[in-house]
Amino acid sequence: MSLRSPLGRVLGHGSAREGVHHWWHLRTSSAALVVLGVWFAFAVLTLPDLGHKTVTTWISRPVTAVMLLLFVTVATWHSALGVQVVVEDYVRGKGARVLTLVVVRFLHVLVGVAAAFAVLRLALGG
Amino acid sequence: MSSDSRPLSPHLQVYRPMYTMVLSISHRATGVLQSVGLLLLAYWLVAAAGGKESYAVAAKVFANPFVKLAIAGWIVAFWYHLFAGVRHLVWDAGFGFEKQTARRSGRLIVVLAVLASLFTLALAWRHLGGAA
Repeated sequence: MSLRSPLGRVLGHGSAREGVHHWWHLRTSSAALVVLGVWFAFAVLTLPDLGHKTVTTWISRPVTAVMLLLFVTVATWHSALGVQVVVEDYVRGKGARVLTLVVVRFLHVLVGVAAAFAVLRLALGG
Repeated sequence: MSSDSRPLSPHLQVYRPMYTMVLSISHRATGVLQSVGLLLLAYWLVAAAGGKESYAVAAKVFANPFVKLAIAGWIVAFWYHLFAGVRHLVWDAGFGFEKQTARRSGRLIVVLAVLASLFTLALAWRHLGGAA
């Protein structure tokens, strides 16, 4: 039996006005991805071929580089948030859940940084 | 009861499968599929940045029939998730919740996803079908 008041027990455990943060980021990123995703699909599919020269020349163009950087970073962010919800919904056991969340987040950061670095390297002529 | 032994939220097994429910689950499934696809995209970019040799290795990976099939599936998942996502955004804005409207918008996104998939698969055919 705790002597703390009900108010005392919940203080500091609430949303602290951050409750919609995750939800809102998932929505704003999805709206951006409608544009970025359609751009990416058609830009890649209308390339004359997918050989190394064609692809690297395409990526090194400023407009492509900027759009591609936006696409990979926003897609990675959206994916991280989305997969997080799936893990929270289906992974049983607090330990397993927290571990999965951390691993999934690390993987997303790794993939996002690697993809962004690749684009920058080609765009800046490394 | 500890909060950890409670049932997890989407109680999939207690509902009779319905059209709109299948669409909702598909949205999630296609989302996860695209997270996997993201790995492929990152690999493609990294291989391109790595130079001719690493890109040649990647080209071999992408020429694998199973990978080609996965990419084709990914294209379908991409369009479905995109249109279903827009449907969700409309819901989030507070519109389209009526049963009939929700069913109609469900049919609409399936039709749109099929059409967009066919169009992009046709475009992708020369990349996927050819030796690239």
